[in-house]
Amino acid sequence: MSIDILMPALSPTMEEGTLAKWHVKPGDAVRSGDVIAEIETDKATMEVEAVEEGVVESLLVPEGTENVKVNAPIARLSGEGGETPAPATPPTAAAPSAPPSGGRAESAASVRPPSAEGDHPKGGGGAAAAPKAAAGERVLASPLARRLAERAGLDLKTIQGSGPHGRVIKRDVDAASQGARPKAAPSPSPVAKPQAAPAAEAPRQVQSLEQMGVTPGSYDLIPLTGMNKTVARRMTESFRDVPHFPLTIDVEIDALLAARAKINALLESQKIKVSVNDIVIKAVAVALKRVPEANASYTPEGIAMHHHADIAMAVAIDGGLITPIIRAAETKGLAQIATETKDLAERARTRKLKPEEYQGGTFSVSNLGMFGIKSFSSIINEPQGAILSVGAGEKRAVARGDQLAVATVMSVTITCDHRVVDGATGARFLQVFKPLIEDPLTMLV
Amino acid sequence: MDFDLIVIGAGPGGYVTAIRASQLGMKTAIIERENLGGICLNWGCIPTKALLKSGELYETMGHAEAYGLKIEGRSYDFTKVIERSRGVAKQLSAGVAFLMKKHKIEVIDGDAKLEKGDPAPKVTVALKDGGSRTLQAKHVVLAAGARARTIPQIGLEPDGERIWTYREAMVPKVIPKSLLVIGSGAIGIEFASFYRALGAQVTVIEALERILPVEDEEVSKAAHKAFEKRGLKFRVPAKVTKLEKTPSGVSLTVEAGGKTETLEAEVAIVAVGIAGNVENLGLEDLGVKVDRGHVVIDAHAATNVKGLYAIGDVAGPPWLAHKASHEGVHCIEHIAGLKSTNLTAPIPGCTYSTPQVASVGLTEAQAKAEGRQVKVGRFPFRVNGKAIAAGELEGFVKTVFDAETGALIGAHMIGGEVTEMIQGFTIAITMEATEAELMETVFPHPTMSEAMHEAVLDAYGRVLHL
Repeated sequence: MSIDILMPALSPTMEEGTLAKWHVKPGDAVRSGDVIAEIETDKATMEVEAVEEGVVESLLVPEGTENVKVNAPIARLSGEGGETPAPATPPTAAAPSAPPSGGRAESAASVRPPSAEGDHPKGGGGAAAAPKAAAGERVLASPLARRLAERAGLDLKTIQGSGPHGRVIKRDVDAASQGARPKAAPSPSPVAKPQAAPAAEAPRQVQSLEQMGVTPGSYDLIPLTGMNKTVARRMTESFRDVPHFPLTIDVEIDALLAARAKINALLESQKIKVSVNDIVIKAVAVALKRVPEANASYTPEGIAMHHHADIAMAVAIDGGLITPIIRAAETKGLAQIATETKDLAERARTRKLKPEEYQGGTFSVSNLGMFGIKSFSSIINEPQGAILSVGAGEKRAVARGDQLAVATVMSVTITCDHRVVDGATGARFLQVFKPLIEDPLTMLV
Repeated sequence: MDFDLIVIGAGPGGYVTAIRASQLGMKTAIIERENLGGICLNWGCIPTKALLKSGELYETMGHAEAYGLKIEGRSYDFTKVIERSRGVAKQLSAGVAFLMKKHKIEVIDGDAKLEKGDPAPKVTVALKDGGSRTLQAKHVVLAAGARARTIPQIGLEPDGERIWTYREAMVPKVIPKSLLVIGSGAIGIEFASFYRALGAQVTVIEALERILPVEDEEVSKAAHKAFEKRGLKFRVPAKVTKLEKTPSGVSLTVEAGGKTETLEAEVAIVAVGIAGNVENLGLEDLGVKVDRGHVVIDAHAATNVKGLYAIGDVAGPPWLAHKASHEGVHCIEHIAGLKSTNLTAPIPGCTYSTPQVASVGLTEAQAKAEGRQVKVGRFPFRVNGKAIAAGELEGFVKTVFDAETGALIGAHMIGGEVTEMIQGFTIAITMEATEAELMETVFPHPTMSEAMHEAVLDAYGRVLHL
């Protein structure tokens, strides 16, 4: 049977790319792991590896073709009959215009960065993303592989299996979690992806409740959701592996509240309402531009200094929390920020966020002020370098010179990853942040 | 080109390799210098199982009263015991001949020798019936097997009369009254078990710390006790310094705990390991890499010489028939360009003594030495319903799990019919099962295999019947 090789998605956001070069021609026999083509996007050039064995029947897209849509068939392989059962391929009519929504469609090819060493094991390491099975399709995987992938936060569908019939086995998951670690810096984003965190190397052995003396039957057990597991893993890893420390400062927000009232009066006609949190986000973004050292990520290859302040805001939702991102918040006005935060928070609660909308921020803001929390210190959202925890704005007695006065005061705490944001940097950030909040006009400067 | 593939050696590695090749459409020849089926069928696995069955039945007859049965005048005809064993071997060897014919594999009787060739070494066969043939194939698989290791410097060398290897021990004319078995691996223990069952005084000498040294320590200890109960004697650890023939038998000098002791017996069996058959095959001239008596191979059983592969005993331990077959199939599938079977699949090991011993994967000590956290479960047969009903109370099942991942990484058993049970755990390890799937698996009642389930549950503090 023939197998279509589809245009792979090199990133979650990629919709189309250029077929830069073919490494095979019709009639060539290819084996799993052979490089068959090079694909260019605005970000990088990637090599496409064959996943299936077979003979190239035809090349459907000529070399140099631009704007080839993701999932469009680019070549056809005639699979070997008999002993190599070709995996079920979805109807080949993954029309060129089909949007890359949902799970990645099956493709007979995988992608690896060209910088990867040439001798890496066939079908093994390389880029973690080897688009394999469409959403909902059964993924063949060993029980151990399933467990390990879940712990490492890897999607089995993205792992190329080396067992019988492409079954994903332990070594494939091991290779994928190895491969997911940043190697070189092929694109201008050397930051470790969330799932690239070295898979929980030594997960703590947890005793059962029974072993710890809790009577069986005295509780209900609610099965863990994927979000529960992800949050549990990422928070554990961050709290355990990132050397973190908090710095707290009080800021007076009476001027901010007054400004906010004026702004909201202006925006009323547009039905936009700016929250204190929106202003905090803006102030954080401006402060990060002035103290770029605080807008950084630790990676094994070096400190990534982010060009933009992509501010992730923690949103509590049913069964967990999620952190949608205001991209390049330093470039956006309050009205726009307010519109975006409202939209993102709403879609977060209805679980309609796309992965790129909540992955990859550079700095987080978490606000528990509405619950009357005075101050708290959040857990860093890796690979970000810091997170700001915003407490409640409340009337407090403040000393002005020798006089006692009343002001609306808000305590904010920055939790820093000491590997990138040391005490002095964190303090400098707060020093810059404080006047921006206390006198919002200065944000315009 | 005469053939796509030539296999040298028709043991369980070679003939299975040939069948798989034929299935994949290769024109295949197999060269055998002695008997189809190799050592396994003719001088190893199979005929010993026939002997051991006789021994086991005889032993069981000895305590027939425990089952409410009466046997008077229990005795045996030793010649018939041996005859039966030879008959079984013959039957199976004929079976291999049939399989070769069925798969259109040309069987060439004779001694093979390799020389330079392209794309694989040329094979010259000195035919059994005289004359010779020189053959060229695309690929050559060396499955020449192995033989008993000997150490002539200290007398550990068979003379065919009083000093035996497995080969002489398989076809003795009479049962020796007293016997020394040097080496307590599977081969040594099986012969010790057999001859003891038929009434010989048997002493087993082991140089390492414990008998069955590749098994889990707890299993070794339990086996030691169970064998002693049957009257086997042991010298463990003891170093053999000299084996000599005397007018009436053999005299063995051993050193243990700083003391020197001389053991006397009618016969000694040398079972101190295996040496690969790497000689007289032309390997030196071809420059085939050989390390400590075994051909060196890569992950797909290829040697350093183009077109030449090696599998089974000649390519190194574990020296087990099923390992040889597995390697052969892997090798051929790789040659054929298929996604080949997993060469590193776990290899189970079985010892057919009474009680039997079987294991797969890592021992507890090996797992710990790898730096793993382990969870260990055990379950004794003495509280298993079927075992009690069958009067097979000895032994236990032990499981070793990786505490971090929950993967089953080792299983160890001693007791009745455990060699038939170990396969359950072998499948589990091969399929990468975790404790969850094993706990969920329903084991039939009443079977001794329920002890396997319980040993899994025990590793996680959930044992039911203890």
